Amino acid sequence: MSFNIVTAVYIAASVLFILSLGGLSNQESAKRAVWYGIVGMALAVGATIFGPQVALSNLLLMMIVIGAVIGFIVAQRVEMTGMPQLVAALHTFVGLAAVFIGINSDLAPPEGLVGAEKIIHEVEIFLGVFIGAVTTTGSVVAFGKLSGMVDGKPLTLPGRNILNLIAVLGCIWLGAMYLNHAGPWTLYLMTAIALVFGAHLVLAIGGADMPVVVSMLNSYSGWAAAATGFLLGNDLLIVTGALVGASGAILSYIMCRAMNRNFLSVILGGWGTAVSSSQEVEGEMIATDVASVAGDLQDAQDIIIVPGYGMAVAQAQGAVSEITRRLRAQGKSVRFAIHPVAGRLPGHMNVLLAEAKVPYDIVLEMDEINPDFPNADMVIILGANDIVNPAAQDDPNSPIAGMPVLEVWKARQVIISKRGQGRGYSGIENPLFFKDNSRMLYGDAKASLDQILTSLGS
Amino acid sequence: MKVGCPREILDGEKRVAMTPDSVRQIRKLGYDCVIESGAGLAAGFADTTYEEAGAEVVKTAATLWKQSDIVVKVRGVAAKEEKHLRADQTVISLFWPGQNAELLETFRKAGTNAIAMDMVPRISRAQKMDVLSSMANIAGYRAVIEAGNRFGRFFTGQITAAGKVPPARVLVIGAGVAGLAAIGTATSLGAIVRAFDVRPEVAEQIESMGAEFLMLEFEEDGSGEGGYAKPASPEFIEKEMELFRAQAPEIDIVITTALIPGRPAPKLWPAEMVGLMKPGSVVVDLAAEQGGNCDLTVADEIVTSENGVTIVGYTDFPSRMAAQSSTLYATNIRHMLDDLTPEKDGQVTLNMEDDVIRGATAVKGGEITYPPPAPKIQAIGKAPAAEKPAELTPEEKAAQEIAEHRRKGRQQIGMLALGGAFMMLVGAYAPASFMQHFIVFALACFVGFQVIWNVSHALHTPLMAVTNAISGIIILGALLQIGSSNQIVMILASISVLIATINIVGGFMVTRRMLAMFQKS
Repeated sequence: MSFNIVTAVYIAASVLFILSLGGLSNQESAKRAVWYGIVGMALAVGATIFGPQVALSNLLLMMIVIGAVIGFIVAQRVEMTGMPQLVAALHTFVGLAAVFIGINSDLAPPEGLVGAEKIIHEVEIFLGVFIGAVTTTGSVVAFGKLSGMVDGKPLTLPGRNILNLIAVLGCIWLGAMYLNHAGPWTLYLMTAIALVFGAHLVLAIGGADMPVVVSMLNSYSGWAAAATGFLLGNDLLIVTGALVGASGAILSYIMCRAMNRNFLSVILGGWGTAVSSSQEVEGEMIATDVASVAGDLQDAQDIIIVPGYGMAVAQAQGAVSEITRRLRAQGKSVRFAIHPVAGRLPGHMNVLLAEAKVPYDIVLEMDEINPDFPNADMVIILGANDIVNPAAQDDPNSPIAGMPVLEVWKARQVIISKRGQGRGYSGIENPLFFKDNSRMLYGDAKASLDQILTSLGS
Repeated sequence: MKVGCPREILDGEKRVAMTPDSVRQIRKLGYDCVIESGAGLAAGFADTTYEEAGAEVVKTAATLWKQSDIVVKVRGVAAKEEKHLRADQTVISLFWPGQNAELLETFRKAGTNAIAMDMVPRISRAQKMDVLSSMANIAGYRAVIEAGNRFGRFFTGQITAAGKVPPARVLVIGAGVAGLAAIGTATSLGAIVRAFDVRPEVAEQIESMGAEFLMLEFEEDGSGEGGYAKPASPEFIEKEMELFRAQAPEIDIVITTALIPGRPAPKLWPAEMVGLMKPGSVVVDLAAEQGGNCDLTVADEIVTSENGVTIVGYTDFPSRMAAQSSTLYATNIRHMLDDLTPEKDGQVTLNMEDDVIRGATAVKGGEITYPPPAPKIQAIGKAPAAEKPAELTPEEKAAQEIAEHRRKGRQQIGMLALGGAFMMLVGAYAPASFMQHFIVFALACFVGFQVIWNVSHALHTPLMAVTNAISGIIILGALLQIGSSNQIVMILASISVLIATINIVGGFMVTRRMLAMFQKS
């Protein structure tokens, strides 16, 4: 294949990638969109392998086959509740690949570069390796936090912002030295610093902010690919990297807006440690039991279910789906209200509910369903806390003041399924639990729902 | 310990502080229950029903007082009962300690503990034992029923073959618990209800019950401590009278419930207003015991004014519905016992650290503990002085929109100019080959932003998985390097190919799996 044909295939691949992302605008076209992506990728990889720049070798084929098999097995085995971890883990690979390619490019630089081109090439190497390294360790830590191997609480070293600043300044200084041909050690030292920096960055971010972190790492992995594209002068890499980078950036932005937080304050982390003196809640949490919830469910006509991370932890989506099915069979209206930051990944709840075969047309977004809460007979909250906290609207001193929340308290009755009397991830007291129309259903969400299911009968 | 309930000896008091239901609940707390024979009769609870519930019925009050460690009552201890008091006994009832200093003294001398149900602070946690609210609720309901009894017309408007009937117009003054209950009852009977209160923050509650709130254009907040009203200034009262004067000729039924703690009831419905009302109208004065809101009110009596307006001055509305009020009162008492028995072992603990118990305890261990310190928490969160934004005219709105558009436009132009300047700067120094790539990069970012905004929220996880898969495109870089003669480069490139492939295959497979799950109902 000649160089020109390879370029033509690259153009086709870019178009397919764009179509693939664009197709995700609704559930039906999304199924087709994935195929665009797959075909685009196959074209791009195929054209490169058979193109003039690459010599086909057994080693190469072996690597691809092994990688494909591993990828296939992992994708088949992963639980839907494990999606956040998987996505984080996969980001690691992109970051690591970017680091390796950058270092390679330093070890064996393309020939014939002089003057400004050479400097730009070196800047690209440096930048690519930096972003790649931050993505790598950041994703590893995110993976650890999401899978519970690392404590979800934010790590707050004294003067952590200063530490971060020193790390970045150090990298810039090393970069300047690298450009002055101080030797490859500057690149390696920078890589080490960037690895530590990436880990520290994510360690400092609390579990509730994970959706933002994962989107951010997604974005970084895109920028890393784009930087590699500049490095190698490959437009397809640039285009794809930019698409992914933009996508992650927008997701982070959406998540931050949904929490009414500044992107910088999330990234710099440490939130949720200094609980300010938010208003003390007066009143009593009134407990209820499975039998009376089941009875109330029989009386209710319009039911809204609000799932949160607790549902994912308890693996309760199957029971939820079954209850939904039975209630709907009795002619009741059952809908789901999803807050943008519910769970640990953007859209996490949607995927879990889809897995449990809850039809997606009864799963609604916050803005769609908020006006309907006053008419609802019953709201069931499954392991959600901050996203239904009225303090966000009522208490200007609350750390989550101004965050858009689901206005569940306007419903006639609110049932809150919760493991214990503890506070939410942000450590804020939730006045919702003390309201007159709130009833607490303590215990594991799945166990409670299974019992409700039994008392509902078929 | 034993909880005992004597028969109420005050004339006309039909309520009882213990019901068969509450006996069952109190026994669960570890107490034994004793009741004087015939105590529940007036409220419709026979001795046998108490026995069935597990209470012991004793013949005389003397025996009961002797046996009981805790005595629960409705009315405060009367002179006849004082001789029964003994040390280490606890009496729970309505005491009105502010007005009954002598009674407190008697308790102090006897060494008896006194818990005044009327002193339970008005905070949400204590609502379950707030007898004033539960009794006021009954009074408000009964006031409407009594008014209907004396009123010669329908509440609801009707158009019948025999002619058109206008709906009754009801004015409720004072929107406390009793006032709100009256509003609810009157609206559900079909009347047109208006309500007035000096506390502006209750407007919402009034409207939620279905009444119209009569606004007074005056800058004064009548909210006092504990959610009650405080006395108003003369100017305010003048305004208020003006408002009532305008209402009086139209109104058929007036229900006044205005009380200020520790003071005689304010005269809100003077004789002049009664004179303005139509013959046949009814005034029910719930404040009759404290002197009445209406000038003409006579406590415990019904009087008719010169122009034929009936004024009801009953002071025993809850007692007139003894079955209902006893049930609620007994439940309030039971909740109080619940809080007094944290261990559920039938032993009373007067925990003076507890805001509620501290507030209600008037005498403890031979010491008068009344008045309690002010509760730490404000009863009703004050509505922030809401500056209502002026209604915008359509022109103003349009102007605002245009300004908003202009602002956005300027912002966008600013951003573009900034971006352009940055490009120029890069272009001035960077070589041509870099610029080509840079254009591609900038455009791709732009396309990315445009495309991703349209992605549905529900598909954000698949979006991440798919972008993750296509970011595996980095494999191209590794492919280009794998043929290098440098050993290290080759090894690193091989590893990169491996992990990038995992990424691509894993990412796409998992996306497919997820999307296949989304089903329409």
